[in-house]
Amino acid sequence: MALLTSNPTVAAPLAKRLAGYSTIRIEPPRGWFNLRLKELWDYRELLYFFAWRDVKIRYKQTAIGVLWVVLQPLLTMLVFTVFFGKLAKMPSQGLPYPVFYFAAVVPWMYFSGALLNATNIVVENQRVITKVFFPRLILPFSAVLSGLVDFVIGFIVLMIFTLSYGIRPTVAALLLPLFLLLAVLTALGVGLWLSALNALYRDVRYLMPFLVQFWMLASPVAYPSSMVPLRYRWVYGLNPMAGVIEGFRWALTGHGQAPGTVLIASTAMVCLAVFGGLIFFNRMEVSIADRV
Amino acid sequence: MTTVAIQASGLSKRYQRGMAATSSLLRDSLALAFRAPLKLFRRDRKETFWALKDVSLEVHEGEVLGLIGRNGSGKTTLLKILSRITRPTEGWAEIHGRVGSLLEVGTGFHPELTGRENAFLSGAILGMGKQEITRKFDEIVSFAELEKFIDTPVKHYSSGMYVRLAFAVAAHLEPEILLVDEVLAVGDIRFQKKCLGKMGDVARAGRTVILVSHQLNQIRRLCHRAVWLDGGMLRQTGPTAELVSAYEGDMTSGNVEDARPVEGLAQFLRWKLIGPNRTSDHILPSEGETSVSFLLRVNQTLYSVHHGIGLYDQHRHLLWGNSVDGVTLEPGLHEFRYTLPTLPLRPGVYSWRVALYDGGVRIDDWECVPDMHVATVPITHYRDESAGFLNIPSKLEIVPAAASK
Repeated sequence: MALLTSNPTVAAPLAKRLAGYSTIRIEPPRGWFNLRLKELWDYRELLYFFAWRDVKIRYKQTAIGVLWVVLQPLLTMLVFTVFFGKLAKMPSQGLPYPVFYFAAVVPWMYFSGALLNATNIVVENQRVITKVFFPRLILPFSAVLSGLVDFVIGFIVLMIFTLSYGIRPTVAALLLPLFLLLAVLTALGVGLWLSALNALYRDVRYLMPFLVQFWMLASPVAYPSSMVPLRYRWVYGLNPMAGVIEGFRWALTGHGQAPGTVLIASTAMVCLAVFGGLIFFNRMEVSIADRV
Repeated sequence: MTTVAIQASGLSKRYQRGMAATSSLLRDSLALAFRAPLKLFRRDRKETFWALKDVSLEVHEGEVLGLIGRNGSGKTTLLKILSRITRPTEGWAEIHGRVGSLLEVGTGFHPELTGRENAFLSGAILGMGKQEITRKFDEIVSFAELEKFIDTPVKHYSSGMYVRLAFAVAAHLEPEILLVDEVLAVGDIRFQKKCLGKMGDVARAGRTVILVSHQLNQIRRLCHRAVWLDGGMLRQTGPTAELVSAYEGDMTSGNVEDARPVEGLAQFLRWKLIGPNRTSDHILPSEGETSVSFLLRVNQTLYSVHHGIGLYDQHRHLLWGNSVDGVTLEPGLHEFRYTLPTLPLRPGVYSWRVALYDGGVRIDDWECVPDMHVATVPITHYRDESAGFLNIPSKLEIVPAAASK
């Protein structure tokens, strides 16, 4: 057959290239504290492919496609502006309601989307999981990364929107990536727990709508965190998204105050969630293919 | 002289019985935790079984090893352990080289994506790098014969086109060690031949291959050595020809009662030819009316499922097939009895395949073991290549014909 390229001479250099880890040892699972991040790095190309697939198929078979990326946060912002703003007259740190809400809705929608996506991704890929090996960690990672594409588009609209209200970004805007990173890590940390749990217990699926709704109310999306009494502020800050949303809004517009204690508590919680999530996920991973 | 590519020692895998069937609702675990808190941590011996027990083997570089055994003998479990999909409960294995595994055709395909996108995605999932896929892309497309449709979403593909693309991607995987589970025969007859040809090339190209198949002829043609698994244990290992014969002998003579462990919603247990003057359950001695029976055990009530049947020759040509929809079955044993006015096959080895599907989801799809041996007297052309598939008596009359206008 002319199209045959399979011969050992092709395979040999590859073997040498991979010589560093070409011997795989298969053993019963043991140990708690192997985070297996190196494996993840080795498979980073596949991570990219999974994220790419997710982006590609998200708005397939929709009439207006990518427009949804912009419409979803815009419509949510409108609803919030009308009900929480005009009707309930929430304080808005001196910002016009549309800006106040839009600046929170964009990071929030990224977070809730990424969290839901991460929770379902192991179950959605159960066929692949039972048929081929790859580090399962790739799945929740790709879930939170693929949402970033939507986020970037939403963010650009948000920037234009903010500027059109005559609000210029301050130096604080340089901290935006930090808050985004916190949001990504929060979604990842919690997503790691939930995706593994979801693979074992489908109950998680029914819990999610409630969890996401509750979480949004527990975050300063529809109101400023200054409404929370000062002595409860640190408890409030244990919700990492409190620091993220408040910080995001502050960094973008310069209004409100820089989240201090809240941010420290948030960061600590995120680290805990991610670290614990990695251990839990890896612990569960060994039985996922058998039980999913 | 030869180096070891795969070494396994004492590999064992324990599953909880009916793991897939048991409810994985948290409520049940919680309920159990309250009723019998210790049970959660203690593995009840009765509820577990060994899918694989103490299997040790060595595969040398460049060797093509066939894995044979009944359904449920642990072949797929072994392959899943070696390809790292699941971990062993005990024992260890060492694999020297890049491993690729093909446990199904079309792993990772997404219907909404185009052929091109799926080729990249599936390639990446099977272990190819982006560059590697880009380099082989044209080859893959021409192998699949899909040049015109490569930018069409695969949901618009026919099932034949779908498997052709899927196999083409898989066939261009070039690991040093390839683990394959019965995915070879896909598509129409012509494409099946192409696939087998490609596999043969891979086997001859010095690649280390472990191949699981029920098609003993494939094993015979491709493998240097074979391993026979029985009940999760290694029963025998040796040169292909000897081992396959021994296995075939065991299959046709031995007791095949409950050859398959019962799991899932329903499962075909065994098959046999029935009729008044049968000397053997699996040998068809003559043409004329033939009845075949397939025994099915149903564990949970099945509503309106799809049942299909196929008869294949040893080259995996589908000779006859049929299906019915809307089959509803109560739990218990059922016999599916087919009666054919005649089964005019030439002498040889044939195999049945019976399946139950529920809305496209497989309940059971059994490549029946053992094969059916047809021992009729050939009554067609005396030369094989001119005889064809069918063994049908014919009568020739040569009569003067009236000249027509």
